Amino acid sequence: MTQTLLETHGLTVRFGGHVAVDAVSCAFRAGELTAIVGPNGAGKTTYFNLISGQIAASAGRVTLLGEDITRKSVAERCRHGLGRAFQLTNLFPSLSVLENVRLVIQAQRHTGFSLLSMAASHTELTVAAMAVLERVRLDRLKDQPVSALSHGNQRKLEVAMLIALDPKVYMFDEPTAGMSVDEAPVVLDLIAELKAERDRTILLVEHKMDVIRSLADRIIVLHNGALAADGPPAQVMASDIVQEAYMGKELTDV
Amino acid sequence: MTMHLLSGDRPRSVVLTVLLLAILAALALAPFLFPGVRSLETAARICIFIVLVASYDLLLGYTGIVSFAHTMFFGIGAYGVALGLTHMGSTPGAMLAGTLLGALAAAVLALAIGLFSLRVRAIFFAMITLAVASAVAVLVSQFSALTGGEDGLNYKIPRALTPAFRLGEVAGLKITGKVLNYYLVFFVSLALFLLLLRVVNSPFGRVLEAIRENEFRAEAIGYKVVWYRTIATCLSAAVAALAGSLFAIWLRYVGPDTTLSFEIMLDILLMVVIGGMGTMYGAVIGATIFVLAQNYLQALMGVAADATASLPLLPQLFDPDRWLLWLGLLFVLSVYFFPTGIVGRLRAGR
Ligand SMILES: Nc1ncnc2c1ncn2[C@@H]1O[C@H](COP(=O)(O)OP(=O)(O)OP(=O)(O)O)[C@@H](O)[C@H]1O
Ligand SMILES: [Mg+2]
Repeated sequence: MTQTLLETHGLTVRFGGHVAVDAVSCAFRAGELTAIVGPNGAGKTTYFNLISGQIAASAGRVTLLGEDITRKSVAERCRHGLGRAFQLTNLFPSLSVLENVRLVIQAQRHTGFSLLSMAASHTELTVAAMAVLERVRLDRLKDQPVSALSHGNQRKLEVAMLIALDPKVYMFDEPTAGMSVDEAPVVLDLIAELKAERDRTILLVEHKMDVIRSLADRIIVLHNGALAADGPPAQVMASDIVQEAYMGKELTDV
Repeated sequence: MTMHLLSGDRPRSVVLTVLLLAILAALALAPFLFPGVRSLETAARICIFIVLVASYDLLLGYTGIVSFAHTMFFGIGAYGVALGLTHMGSTPGAMLAGTLLGALAAAVLALAIGLFSLRVRAIFFAMITLAVASAVAVLVSQFSALTGGEDGLNYKIPRALTPAFRLGEVAGLKITGKVLNYYLVFFVSLALFLLLLRVVNSPFGRVLEAIRENEFRAEAIGYKVVWYRTIATCLSAAVAALAGSLFAIWLRYVGPDTTLSFEIMLDILLMVVIGGMGTMYGAVIGATIFVLAQNYLQALMGVAADATASLPLLPQLFDPDRWLLWLGLLFVLSVYFFPTGIVGRLRAGR
């Protein structure tokens, strides 16, 4: 019996009259990688924002590890086990690569409120941060300011931040967007490694079908904010809605 | 040992190191090197403003919070000591009680302002601080029975800190209570500066920088941004109040003009920007240059005006009454040529 880690119940948000996410109910289980697909503007990022708390739901609930987190702040959700990487790179630009990751580890270990110790003397934080950087092969760039990194390396760092956070629920929003063909596999391999840790669940928003095919255990399709399909990859990919969406044809309402 | 005192925060520039050491030596030996009343006055003022500006840098430079209430906190500390000494007698106990109550009051007020307004946009916080600071300035001038109104308060400080108290001679200098008072100012300022340097180099300080860089992401990796901002605001307010207490002890007088005026707020902003935001050492450089300019630019201009008396136009330009113009020019030039402040410029190399 696999455990449900994250669940949304009728999750809805309206912007003015526009329903961006429409009553999405879905459960995400341990050991599972769920790909979330849908055309541009379907509401994928907005669905993520509702789960991680950047925007407040108009209706519905989110439960994480059995607890209702609908009213909790972004920071509280994070501390409760939710880790989110962002579609647009979202880092601390003038701090070094190492400092970015170290900040995550420091948050994780609750040393942020230490005012009178020297940050540099917390070597355990540095060691842990370096281990993560080695995993994403950014260790040699540790002293570079993030703003000096290439786009591909910034994406890698984005993933490194999430690995450092060590959450129960990983949320990736197009992690390889804009990466070159030889950079993308590093990130995809990392996600595959995370998947092997069976006690986590991974949500992955992705447009590339080959990536989905190789990684996903399950696909959900969002269309105009609503859940349009949910099931094993082979079944969902064969469905009319995905065929039409990714063959470039007009999507019809379901 | 030195690195530990500096919390591992090296000046990272040879010129800067030399400048800092020179300022430290000059301030440490000021009573011996510059025995005049006026120059000791300037040295004490530099010490106090270094702390005041450094505590503002914690907010503006490290956390990215704009506050206009910094002089208010400075004033609260100054009035705390003044009221303590006026009402509890001129004892060290009264002085200490006034100092601690002033710092506490400043921190509590900062907490209230912070919790009320730091949740929302930064501009709202800036406006609230402006409103509260103006309100406090009005209150102080209205409640003249307690605060002395526009005239301020004169009071006696413990005798051991006054010129009337004599201890003997060291290296040809008569050690009076005034010298002891100066060293009280110097050592407390040094300790407060090193404390702030430690805070910005602590794990907490790293979170403040993260918030300045990207508060959205700081929240998303689990930091409760409001709390960090609020604590930084309280700490900054308490240290500003302590600087105010030192100022009140040194001057034996408090008044709205010397401790609460908006002009001082502008001075603080200029010092932090000229020195270099988010560097702490910028406070040392900025405060030193600014206070020196404030005190000696006029004299220097008088000399220049005399020297150019026979030439056209120049004597008018160098008229000592125009010193604010020159200070303004100095500021514009320094911001133009050193957008990252003097410290930022020195660290970047040529
Ligand atoms: N804060 C907001 N205010 C108003 N409308 C919004 C807001 N956020 C998103 N939307 C709208 O909601 C819809 C869904 O946007 P969303 O970013 O979730 O799409 P997406 O599926 O992630 O698309 P993409 O594949 O392009 O990333 C869009 O029409 C968008 O304009
Ligand atoms: Mg999106």
